[in-house]
Amino acid sequence: MRANRRRLVNWLGIVCGFGLLASLPLFLNDFLMTIAVVIGINVIIVFGLSLLMGYAGQISLGHAGLYGLGAYTSAVMSTKLHLDPWLTIVAGALLAGAAAYLIGLPALRLRGHYLAMATLGAGVIMQIMFVELSGITGGPAGISSIPNLKIGHLILDQTGAYFYVVLAAVAVSLWLSLNVVRSQKGRALRAMHGNELAAASIGVDTARAKLFIFTLSGVFAGLAGGLYAHYLTYISPDSFGTSLSILLVAMVVIGGSQSVVAAGLGAALLTVISEYFRTYQDWSLVFFGLSLVLVMIFAPRGLFVETAAVAKRLVARVVKRRGPVES
Amino acid sequence: MALLKVSGLAKSFGGVKAVSDLSFAVAPNQIKAIIGPNGAGKTTVFNLLCGVFAADAGTVEFAGRNISSLAPYVRARLGVGRTFQNTLLFDEMSVEENVMAATEAGLRLNAFAYLFRWPAVARAERQRREIAAEALKLVGLQDKARDPAGNLPAGERRLLEIARALGTRPEIVLLDEPAAGLNNAETDRLKHAIRAIRDRSITVLLVEHDMGLVMEICDEIVVLDQGAKIAEGPPLLIQEDDRVIEAYLGRPADNA
Ligand SMILES: Nc1ncnc2c1ncn2[C@@H]1O[C@H](COP(=O)(O)OP(=O)(O)OP(=O)(O)O)[C@@H](O)[C@H]1O
Ligand SMILES: [Mg+2]
Repeated sequence: MRANRRRLVNWLGIVCGFGLLASLPLFLNDFLMTIAVVIGINVIIVFGLSLLMGYAGQISLGHAGLYGLGAYTSAVMSTKLHLDPWLTIVAGALLAGAAAYLIGLPALRLRGHYLAMATLGAGVIMQIMFVELSGITGGPAGISSIPNLKIGHLILDQTGAYFYVVLAAVAVSLWLSLNVVRSQKGRALRAMHGNELAAASIGVDTARAKLFIFTLSGVFAGLAGGLYAHYLTYISPDSFGTSLSILLVAMVVIGGSQSVVAAGLGAALLTVISEYFRTYQDWSLVFFGLSLVLVMIFAPRGLFVETAAVAKRLVARVVKRRGPVES
Repeated sequence: MALLKVSGLAKSFGGVKAVSDLSFAVAPNQIKAIIGPNGAGKTTVFNLLCGVFAADAGTVEFAGRNISSLAPYVRARLGVGRTFQNTLLFDEMSVEENVMAATEAGLRLNAFAYLFRWPAVARAERQRREIAAEALKLVGLQDKARDPAGNLPAGERRLLEIARALGTRPEIVLLDEPAAGLNNAETDRLKHAIRAIRDRSITVLLVEHDMGLVMEICDEIVVLDQGAKIAEGPPLLIQEDDRVIEAYLGRPADNA
């Protein structure tokens, strides 16, 4: 009963949150709506990364590459093959997932720093391929005139409409992530994160569990890439570099890797900051580096997870003082 | 036919022969113990049975099948459950969830079922809860189902680990020193639990230093010393075996 009620409250919270988000275009100007779309795109990648980091206990410093792979796949298929962008975005997501699977197969045998280095390398290789396969990718100049998404005759360009596409994608990826986390799969992942030996002793195929999450996070990154490509209608290799991979990891850590929602909030926070400090780009990296260190020292579970824990304690104290409210 | 059959098992770590040429069998529905002084190789035998280490030589047969080269998680899925000498619980999870996590061994669904929340997931979840409730009741932890596992006292942690092993729906459970750190009342609970496990047709192989417990509940005992089997038989015979007495009492320096 109690668990059911808590689940109901959680879902109500999520539904209300999305309702509020859906009304944003009424209040925000075009510049702010652009930021909102970028936030949504980053949040999708970060959902997958937080599953990977907070639940599976792995790391990736190559997700910008998978993000780029999704973007390029969708851009190339829609510009050169003239396929419907809705289809090509899905194809990009699946291809990025397949790439993640192939990268994860050898890389996830590694641990800690070695895994970080291997994924970093994979990300760098992907970015180099975006530059070097210039016949397909347009080289350093990238691809422009990427077609917009359309619903019938309605063109979803950089006005409010695109925001709803991204919002829907965020909702779907959140739903998928929570389905994984709040199920036996999530339990198996937490078991593995707790102790791999014990997890294996209860039948958890740890290698496969890691690979599954890595692949799923690749799909999310690829999906985000496709959404990015058809939003800006222009992409170039610069957008998919290692500094973005690091920024994404920072979002997860600063928000709180052990909760997909907290990690998503981290993505929102850091995206806003990085957009506002766009003119001082170098300094914003210094700022992120510093905040990463500070968060890891003072709020190791992440800003939003720690905040939630403090709030919970306060509520518990108030409830205790007033006596039990329920039953 | 034996449920578990070990033949010629050997394992060295560097120069240390932890297990050498070990053969024994466990019959279905038996409670069998492996005893021996510290460092005799008991835990290593468990790790070889579960696939944590690959054996240097020898085979492990389970239910008539050679499982020697299978990964630990596969052996768990086939029905070999275990606990650890240094209890390895998932402290972040609740008591109940520790056991539910273990149902992974017997109740598996494909990844898409979880991703898209197929109805089978909810159905399996109910079964997992039932399996957990039953296992927790068996070790007497049903009232603590919602507590964080990390909050349990040492004795109950061992009992929870047994419940977790039962969550895999095993045919045999390997218990590594389940009575270590238990007080008298908890040891009694353990004794009842082990008998109840056997009454559910689950075979028990345990490593234990508490001789009172071993002599009382076991059908058969294997005695290890320095990696080799020095005796095997029912408790009454083992108690009188000269080599066993020598291994335990004759070289007090080894027991320090
Ligand atoms: N992973 C390992 N690496 C190196 N040596 C090991 C390892 N595991 C066990 N050993 C060695 O193998 C021998 C047998 O150890 P094992 O833990 O199996 O003994 P045990 O009978 O379980 O002892 P105890 O009663 O103290 O638990 C010991 O000499 C030990 O030091
Ligand atoms: Mg031992």
